[in-house]
Amino acid sequence: MAKKQISIWQEIVKGLWRENPVLATLLGLCPTLAVTNTAVNGLAMGLATSFVLLSSSLFISSLRNFIPHQVRIASYIVIIATFVTVADRFLAGFFPAISQSLGPYVPLIVVNCLILGRQEAFSSKNKISRSLLDGIGMGLGFSLVLIALGMVRELLGSGSIFGITLLGEWFEPWMVMILPPGAFLTLGFFIAIANWINDRRATA
Amino acid sequence: MSIPSPASSKGKSKLKEPENLLILASSPHLHTTTSTQSIMWQVVLALSPAATMAIYYFRWPAVVIILTSVIAAVLTEAVINRLKGETLTITDGSAVITGLLLALTLPPTFSIGGTILGAVVAIGIGKQLFGGLGYNIFNPALLGRAFLQASFPIGMTTWSTPATLAGSAVDGVSTATPLGLYKFEHALTGYADLFVGNVGGSLGETSALAILIGGLYLLIRRFADWRIPVSYLGGVVIIGGIFWAFAPNQFPDPVFHLLSGGLILGAFFMATDMVTSPITHLATWIYGIGMALILVIIRLFGGLPEGVMYSILLMNAVTPLLNRYTRPKIFGEVQS
Repeated sequence: MAKKQISIWQEIVKGLWRENPVLATLLGLCPTLAVTNTAVNGLAMGLATSFVLLSSSLFISSLRNFIPHQVRIASYIVIIATFVTVADRFLAGFFPAISQSLGPYVPLIVVNCLILGRQEAFSSKNKISRSLLDGIGMGLGFSLVLIALGMVRELLGSGSIFGITLLGEWFEPWMVMILPPGAFLTLGFFIAIANWINDRRATA
Repeated sequence: MSIPSPASSKGKSKLKEPENLLILASSPHLHTTTSTQSIMWQVVLALSPAATMAIYYFRWPAVVIILTSVIAAVLTEAVINRLKGETLTITDGSAVITGLLLALTLPPTFSIGGTILGAVVAIGIGKQLFGGLGYNIFNPALLGRAFLQASFPIGMTTWSTPATLAGSAVDGVSTATPLGLYKFEHALTGYADLFVGNVGGSLGETSALAILIGGLYLLIRRFADWRIPVSYLGGVVIIGGIFWAFAPNQFPDPVFHLLSGGLILGAFFMATDMVTSPITHLATWIYGIGMALILVIIRLFGGLPEGVMYSILLMNAVTPLLNRYTRPKIFGEVQS
């Protein structure tokens, strides 16, 4: 959009807040809602998605002058699917427990609109170095929100964070928080808080 | 709400006003003294027989749950009012009703912490998040209960016998509700016990008689649309009756449907919530029959013994749609 190039630092930071994939552009909500019932799952999903995003950004950006415009989406999907397969097999091989609990959501990264969206909107139009920075920022922003969501839901739904029990015997876990309604409620509150902070900044 | 007359508002000015002024005002010309506040407090009054019976049957635990729920609901409302920078709306009584209704849907052995959580969710998420009284889509008390049901599935289905059955024991022996007994053991409970409420169950769902007294008061004062309980209860009798007529051994009879569970409480006090029920007459009938259909399906074929809460919440969700499709023709409307 902006003709003038923003600074390298800004390219990374924009993914953390201003263009955060979950809080601002609401992309990739399917894994965000589905697998964040524990902090570990959120972390794993965030890292897997970041890896795929970063690798495919790098690849697609370097091939941007060779991919014919008419078949670009299909080409992106093939490249993304390749890296998803790598991530999926890696998780299954080294972290079978996490791979089990993430279930079909790792293969589903292929159709994550965050990844496809960044390729279409950014990598296919920008230099490799810029795409790399964009990928880092977006992946980091996505992972941080997923970890935060997982932490809140795990704390209220099971009384622990990263599997470490924090709330004692007196605490009766709120089962709803690790069920789908809990995901929607928590994400809703996250987005509300983000909007509230933005509003306050705008008026200040 | 009286029309401020020019004479009184300008009374202090030095200009002398003639006595008989012609007052011009736009419609509506008829005003009522009924306010939201007075309606809400009368609903509280109408709920008091049910609350009294709950205390009579379940003793101290009932008192504790009712007080906790009401206080938590009112405090939540006050805190959110303060955060939003609004004037306090706790005196309009709507938070008291939500707290009271929530308490009446809880089992007598439910934990205090859980009750507080339910009241906070009911007012905070169910009502204030949508913008406060008049803007909420779902009945706040039922939303709070749905949250608790999903959060504490065991605590929300552990019932105790009324103190009247268990002698003087405060901690009643755990028991099943008549609907649970029917669903899982196929045992029927006597109509007389069901009617006066001498059975296990939530605080307010036990005594049909006490709820009917309060409910009839609401209908007579026209604070609740009579079409809603009539279509809901009538629908349950007819739809439940059809199943019973075909397989009397497999399904309970319509009278059992009517008297057991939270149906009467839901039909008179929750389905009739002015904010979340439809406006037009046709929509109101569809609303009631829709609730009846969902209720009978859940009771007869669902995994849960009771379905009043979900039937009302689901029909709350389609209420805006019903209002939209049953909008009456405006008088004198010209087709464009």
